[in-house]
Amino acid sequence: MAIDKNARYLESHEYAKPSGEYMVFGISDHAQAELGDVVFVELPAVGKTLAKGAIFGTIESVKAASDLYAPLSGTVVEVNEAVKNDPSLVNKDCYGDGWLIKVAPSDPAEFQSLLDSAAYGKAIGEE
Amino acid sequence: MNREEPTNTTALHDWHVAHGAKMAPFAGYDMPINYSTGAVEEHLITRRSVGLFDIDHMGQFEITGQGADDFVARMITAKVSDLVPPMARYSLLLDEAGGIIDDLFVYRLPTSWWIVVNASNRATDLAWFKAHAPSNVEVVDRSDDTYMIAVQGPRAIELIDRVADSPVSNIQRFCWGNIAIDGIPVLFGRTGYTGEDGGELFFPAEKALQLWEFLLRQGESLGIETKPIGLAARDSLRFEAGMPLHGHEISIEINPIEAGFKWACDFDKEFVGKEALLAIIEKGVSRKLVGIEVFGGVPREGYEVASPEGTVVGRCVAGMFCPTVKKYAANAFVEPEFAKVGTHVAVLIRGQSREAVVVKRPLYVPAYRR
Repeated sequence: MAIDKNARYLESHEYAKPSGEYMVFGISDHAQAELGDVVFVELPAVGKTLAKGAIFGTIESVKAASDLYAPLSGTVVEVNEAVKNDPSLVNKDCYGDGWLIKVAPSDPAEFQSLLDSAAYGKAIGEE
Repeated sequence: MNREEPTNTTALHDWHVAHGAKMAPFAGYDMPINYSTGAVEEHLITRRSVGLFDIDHMGQFEITGQGADDFVARMITAKVSDLVPPMARYSLLLDEAGGIIDDLFVYRLPTSWWIVVNASNRATDLAWFKAHAPSNVEVVDRSDDTYMIAVQGPRAIELIDRVADSPVSNIQRFCWGNIAIDGIPVLFGRTGYTGEDGGELFFPAEKALQLWEFLLRQGESLGIETKPIGLAARDSLRFEAGMPLHGHEISIEINPIEAGFKWACDFDKEFVGKEALLAIIEKGVSRKLVGIEVFGGVPREGYEVASPEGTVVGRCVAGMFCPTVKKYAANAFVEPEFAKVGTHVAVLIRGQSREAVVVKRPLYVPAYRR
């Protein structure tokens, strides 16, 4: 499974990845493979404030629904409309076109508290 | 029924695992849920070309004897008096109260009746048939020595025509014929559970791997896209096409009238459960099976259906994303006054009320009915 080295992770498989002054949230390759085909995503509105660890949305695959947890605190500045219309983007390109939301982080230091790619790889039993 | 601890595997189990299938228990068997292709794409392949399904978990009984015709007629709901070889027909198996023990396909063979039942009910069905069989009827479980593969899709008949020793395109829908493929004797039923044309193949169990790999290889060399399809897509295909799955749209707790299967019952003959059904028809049903399209989430089994005012009026028995019609939909039993197409309802998805509307079933009209 691919692990994006520029991202950091929660054990629940969401990632945060720096994008200029913002952070992009998504789910890892391991998570999308485990979920199977993603058929629905529900994401927060732009402007919504998220606390680290809070549920920010739902992702549903053919087999089950899962909550999405915010890796970092911040305010939603952009939502991936393309993935709402075509949830399979999460399966096809979870670190690229299948990103979920973009957030202005309220405490950039939180990023350091997440699992780096090596630690996340270990957590999912790889490397 | 034991869905938690599969004790059985099919002869293709190792093939599935070696080809990247995600395996999970179903009806006591460890079965492929989807391959690396993915459930949605597998669904779409079956709708555009050919899907191959390992359905060896299905059970087959053979009924013979002097009293077999009368026995079959009395035990199942469908009309069988007009069934002559090579015909086959869908039917229900009821208990005395009109509950649906199982649904099945009955094939009229030259000297016997061939009954195909669901894996999860095989033991129950067999015991039911045997308990009711008079001394001049023999009921034999042929499941272990019979393998069953489904070949489904708009190019399925073309594929089989090109690889079999005799064509199947002249076998009519819901009829069967004897063919040979790669030297293997096959009883080919022009039946299926996807809403597409195609067939279900019955053949000696020891030939499973040979026939499976032969069909995949021939599909590729003939330029007919042919892929193995898992149970997840089998479920979404049958759901779109309006076919029931026992334990969901039909069950021992559900009668054929409320589930919309009066058409599968021949009231001109005597059958087990008939008296109960006549009483239900006279009294009227307290719930009806409907299709519901949901906006803003994926409905699933067990979710409640409510009126727009918030009163619970029913419950979903199945629900999913439907890849061909691109809708989120459920089948639900609702109070009769909410069963009309176009009725606005709500489905409670993980605590949130989502807008929904009763829609016409099936969502996808089977190819052979168009």
